[in-house]
Formats: sequence, C-alpha cells, structure tokens
Amino acid sequence: MAEIICPASAGTLESSDVYVEIEPCAQGIEISLESVVKAQFGEAIESAVRETLAACGVERAKLTISDRGALDCVLRARVETAVARGRGQD
Amino acid sequence: MSKLVSSIREAVQLSGLKDGMTVSFHHHLRNGDYVLNMVMEQIADLGIKDLTVNASSLFDTHQPLADHIRSHVVTGIQTDYMAAGLGREISHGLLEKPVQFRTHGGRPSDIANGNTPIDVAFIAAPSADPMGNCTGKVGKSACGSLGYAIPDAMYAKKVIVITDNLVPYPLPGWSIPEIYVDYVVSVDAIGDPKGIVSGTTRITRDPVGLVMASYAAKVIEHSGLLKDGFSFQTGAGGASLAAASFLKDIMLAKGVQGSFGLGGITGYMVDMLRAGCFQSLLDVQCFDLKAVESLRDDPRHQEISALHYASPAQRSAVVDSLDVVILGATEIDADFNVNVHTDSNGSIMGGSGGHSDTAAGAKLSMIIAPMFRARLPIVTDHVTCVSTPGKDIDVLVTQGGIAVNPKQAELRQRLADAGLPVIDIQELKEKTERITGTPKPLPKGGRVVAEVISRDGGVLDQIYAKAE
Amino acid sequence: MRRSMLFLPGNTPNMLINGACLGADAVILDLEDAVAPAEKDAARILARNTIKYMDFRGCEVIVRINSIDTAFWRADIDEILPQKPDLILLPKTNRAQDVLEADAYITEVEERLGFERNTVRLMPLIETAMGVENAYSIASASGRVAALFLGAEDLTADLRCKRTKEGREIEYARTRLVTAARAANVDVYDTPFTDVNDDEGIRVDAALAKALGFTGKASISPRHVEVINEVFSPTEKEIDYAYEVMDAIRRAKAQGKGAVALYGKMIDAPIVARAEQTIAMAREMGLGREEQE
Repeated sequence: MAEIICPASAGTLESSDVYVEIEPCAQGIEISLESVVKAQFGEAIESAVRETLAACGVERAKLTISDRGALDCVLRARVETAVARGRGQD
Repeated sequence: MSKLVSSIREAVQLSGLKDGMTVSFHHHLRNGDYVLNMVMEQIADLGIKDLTVNASSLFDTHQPLADHIRSHVVTGIQTDYMAAGLGREISHGLLEKPVQFRTHGGRPSDIANGNTPIDVAFIAAPSADPMGNCTGKVGKSACGSLGYAIPDAMYAKKVIVITDNLVPYPLPGWSIPEIYVDYVVSVDAIGDPKGIVSGTTRITRDPVGLVMASYAAKVIEHSGLLKDGFSFQTGAGGASLAAASFLKDIMLAKGVQGSFGLGGITGYMVDMLRAGCFQSLLDVQCFDLKAVESLRDDPRHQEISALHYASPAQRSAVVDSLDVVILGATEIDADFNVNVHTDSNGSIMGGSGGHSDTAAGAKLSMIIAPMFRARLPIVTDHVTCVSTPGKDIDVLVTQGGIAVNPKQAELRQRLADAGLPVIDIQELKEKTERITGTPKPLPKGGRVVAEVISRDGGVLDQIYAKAE
Repeated sequence: MRRSMLFLPGNTPNMLINGACLGADAVILDLEDAVAPAEKDAARILARNTIKYMDFRGCEVIVRINSIDTAFWRADIDEILPQKPDLILLPKTNRAQDVLEADAYITEVEERLGFERNTVRLMPLIETAMGVENAYSIASASGRVAALFLGAEDLTADLRCKRTKEGREIEYARTRLVTAARAANVDVYDTPFTDVNDDEGIRVDAALAKALGFTGKASISPRHVEVINEVFSPTEKEIDYAYEVMDAIRRAKAQGKGAVALYGKMIDAPIVARAEQTIAMAREMGLGREEQE
C-alpha cells in the first residue's frame, strides 16, 4: 500500500460537511479533531476516521479534521478522498 | 407641568432608582435596540448596584449587560428570551442568581399580580409627545406594535419614555397613553433601524424547509380546523413563513374565510389579511416593515398588549381563541416536551417567548423542525430543558415524517387518511439515528444557572451550568 | 413510477443527505456539470457513500456520470456501479456508438461484479443537435437503454438559439424525442424548467411536456417537484375512467362479446393499455381501488 507522500485535503467547511487535511507522519496515526458535535460524536468520528484509514491501508498519517456536523458516510468519503490525494493518485 | 427631562441620567435620578430595585425594558427594537445599553450605562455611572433587569427579551446587541453583571450593577435577570451570545456567558456561570425565564404571557401576568414588581420601566418609543403619549407606528425608528411594553407602563412604579421622535402634544394614535408616564427623554437615536425590523422577511429556499412547510400546510388543511372563522399564528422563521405562504394558497383555493392572524406579524400575514384569508390581525410585535406599515394604515390590523395576547391570569387572552400555531424547537422528546431555551450542548440560546402560551391555548400546536441539525437528532430521549410541556404539543413535522401526540388519535387518523406520512415519534427517533448515529448523552452540568417558570407559575425546569 | 427527477449536486453533502426526503420519484446525483474538475474524485466517492449508507427507499437513484469524451467516466462507473443505482444518465450522447461504448464498459464491470447483465440500465441524455437527429438509433442501440432524456440548455447552445420560457426553440426536439423513444419502446423525460421562482411557469411547462407524451420531467429545484408530480399524476377522473374501461372489458368477456363500447366509444386495445397504465400508477400512488369481480 502506498504511503501518504504529500499533504492533501478534501471536503469543505460548509454545514453538514467536513474538511479533512492529511500529511505524512513518521509514526502511527495522529488525529486532531475540531467539531460542532464533539461532545456527542467525538469518539464516533475518531473511530470512523481510523476505520477508514485502516480500510485504505494507511498506517502512518497526521490528520486535522474540522467537522461541521458531517454524517458518518460523508466523513468517511472525505477521509478516503484525502488519502487518495495524499498518495498522489489524483 | 412638564414631563420632559434633559437626559436619561436625570430621569434615572428623578425616578428614585436605588440599589436592589428592578428595572424593565421591552424588546420591540430587537437587535437594533440602543436604549437598554444607554440606560444601563448611566445607571452604572451613577453607582447604583444590585439591580434586577426584567426584559421581555435580550438580544446579542445587549452583550454589554455581561459587564454590568461582572461589576455587580446587575445581579438578577428576568426575561422571556436570551440570544446565544449572552446565553453562552450565563451558561458558563456569569450570574450567581439563576436567570428567571418566563413566557410572553407569564411575564406580564407576574408584573400585574405583583410577583415581579417593576420599580422603573424604561420604554423606548419611536414617537412620543412631551406628556408621554407614545407609539411605535411612526418615526425613524418605527417598530410597529409596542405590545410588550404596555404591561410595564401600566404597572411599573415609575415609567420613563425615551424617544428619538418628539412630536407636539397630543400625539394621535398612541399605543401607551400619558396616564402611565412619569418622565419623557428625547435622545438622538433609540436604535438602529436595520436591526429593528427586517426590510423583508423571506421564505426559505432551503429544500428541507420547503418540504416541511408543505407538510405543515397540509396538516392544517386536513386537521378539521381549516374552515370559516379559522385563526392562525406562525413564527418568522423561514420554514414557518413558507408554511404560511402555502396555507394562503390552500385557503384561497378552498375559499376559507378565516377570522384572525395572531402574534409576531410578518408581511406574509399581512398578505393573507389583504387576500381575504383573515378579517383581522392581532399584533403584539411587528417583524418587518410591511407589518409596521399595515399596523399604521389598516384598521383591521390591531395592536394588542402582551396581557391581551397571552396572559394566563386575565379573564381571557387571544391565545385562548387560537386554532393553529406553528412553532419551532431545538429538541423534542418522546413525550413531546419541547426545548427552545438551549442548544443541544446545553448552552442558552433562546427562550419560550410566546411558545408555551400559544401551545397551551391553540387547538393545534405544531412544531416544525428538521430531523437533525448538524448531525444532532431533533428527537431525543430527554430534552435538555423543558420549555413547553408535551401535553400542549400536538404534532411534530419533519422532512422524514409527521409525528402526532398519542392523545390526538383522531387527528392522527385524519392525517393518515389524507395520505400524509404519519410516523410514531419513537420510530422517527430511530429513523433519524439510523442516519446520524446515536449521540452520546452529555454529562449533567453544574449548578443551576436559570429557571424556566411555567406560564401559570411554578418552576417547569432548570438549566445547568455547562460542564467544562 | 417516475414522474419527477431531481438533480442534486454530487459534491454537496447537505443536498445529498436529504435527497430522499424532497418528494421526487427519483434523484439524479450529478457528477458532471455540478462538480468542478478538481473535485470529480471527491464527488464520486461521496456519491458512492451516500447511495451505500443513506436510505433511499421510495426514491430511485440515478447517477449522471461524466461524458465519454472525458477522462472521468470510467472511474465514475467503477465507483458507482457496485451500489446498483437504478439508472446511469449518460450526458452528451450523440450517436448509437456512444451508447455501445458505455454499454460495453458497464457490461465489463457488471461481469466483474457478478451482476446479471443489464442490472443497471442507461438513460442517454440528448443535448446536441446530433443527438436529436440520432434519437431513434440511440434509443434502440442496446437493451440497456431504459429511457431518453432531453437536455435543453446545452441543446439550445448547440442550436445557436436562445433558451426561452415558452420553449418554441425545443418544440422539434421534444416531439422528435418522444416519437423516437416510443418507437423504441422506452420512456422519455423532459428537460428541467430553469426559473426556480416561477411557480406558474413550471406548471405550464410540465403540462406541455405531459401533453406531448413525456413520461415525466426533471427538475433542478426541489420547489418544482410537487408541481411536476401533480401534473404527471392521473387525475381522479382519469382513474375513474380507467376502472370503468377495465370493468366494461370484464363484463364483455363474461358475456362472450367481442367488441365493447363505453360512453358511445369503442374500447380498443390502446384504450385498454392506457387504462392499465393509469391503474398501475394509481396503485403506486396509493389511490388504487378494489376491482369488482
């Protein structure tokens, strides 16, 4: 599986969307999360991000997530898009 | 005799305002109001402390109140509505004594019966004469109805009218007569017209809002209440206005001649009056310029006081004769209890206003709200704060279905027979959570920062300080 | 039943997640014009997840992929097809060969996924002068074609005329498409009405489309959906008549009569066929009735 080779982003800061930034990282997965629903969904968001990364085969990356109340399927789509872009696939 | 005094400061001094007293304000100038801040600045400057502010609503423009609280000029707040800015600070424990939230009907009834006496009422008036006859219908800061100020004028120990349009005696067409007024102050400006009334209030373009509005209009159509003599109130939110506009089409198509439109009045209600949907409008507050003009020019459009609008303590109030009201919610639970005081994070960002009053009075009270906002479901197990008890709510309209309070079995059947997507509220909650996921319940907050007082007295619920 | 089809921009979560609630019989997730080239990758992943995870019960899902003269369309199909959308809308279809090219790739992907052939049907979007002139050969190019779809905005640009509310400039295209589609025995859908604030205009335009024989009509605004549904629904009178026709046929059969008349008019096969369509639609709308034996 290809590593994250360059900083990339996906999504927007509009309502119901999420802006995901990804960059290379020496070790493991680092996630920093800002969300309007952090109290209610913070853990769910983080585990969805980790699951999506695992499904994409990403083992090392740093992510910055700015969430505007995105549903799970939107969040997963944005993370997947950011990963593809970070691998230089687009 | 002259009631004219040269400044707000002088009027405050003449009124005999002292530490520990209560001052009152109305909110007809909404987010454009200058008067509350001007008055409080003078009061603070005079060194008066420990006051209670009783305001029919507080907006973001009243943020300087926070500083007066920090300096102990203000130690108590009684209001019907508090916007999110000040609400956030209160929710974080700014004020030691819990804020007392009342309803637009409960506030004047408690003023009238002496539960919450007012020492000095400050009445912003878009036009006044030197003896204190005043109105909101004309003047550069025209706001239309002065309905919420009328009880304050009637019952406060001292009444100070503050105007930016002083006219020769007698002002014709007054809303508040001179018999209640002690002092009159002329100032340059009582408010910013841009914040007082909207140029035009517009119906929503949000597709979900339009779907909900269309359902809402159909619920009314098939409720059995839409017949000659029909009466109606709706809010100024985009979806509520769209519902009114769809309802107008239905009323005209069916030739229904309604009786009255009530409440905060918008141009959409004026359109309905002019189209023949209603015989009259009963107006406690104007939301836009069209409503102000209509109140001034059309005798069928009548100003009413907050007591007449919604007080539970009078012999009767207009809400008691209301057929249908459309209301909003930030949360609603399986028992149909509604929260309009806090957001889903527990931070104060609103208040009952006329919510509980109209819900209690109307034959059909309908909540319009999307299934979820920013991933947070509208239907919860327990609302963060009970603003209006579920016994007074009949229908919840969302884009994902229409939930009917089980106590309204006949209405539920009518709506189902009309082909409307009726859904059990528990099922609606589950359907929503399949989309959003189930939110983790928030930790209960700290001390009580506000009390919600039910319209007929008694504490309905308490609001707690934010956890973090 | 596909009276109304609502376009939803493919990279806008707020619209996509509520798509099923907006009253349309079908939604079109748009990966083409509504999405900037740099966001094509994001949109197809978002659209795929939306179909996969959101509940579209009671609402068909159509995806407008990018046209076959772009670098995007194969990736669109790769991403979307596993979710089994009801239809793929193929923009800028100019000739039968375009359909065959898309068909060949979709067949390949269907085989890879183990789907039965023609699981996902195609709806060519006719929006060029060439497309209009080739309408019948496009409609009959492959068994995968389920319907034709008229796109008037691009067409009028190609025709070098102005798009008007009255639509005189697309009269020929409309009748040509209806005729071609019916000759090929597929459905046919009318172009959106683009003035979202003209409530009367959309009603007139939809009524015209229905009168010309269109199966339904697309919309770019949720505000138009309800009117389109209304216009393309059978009226109560039409439903009554359809049941009377079926009843008359039944009675004639029971009495061993060959020919039968209703209100002085001979009931022939086309009338029966239309009555059957009307009743099928009424049933879908929940307006079906118990038939007498």
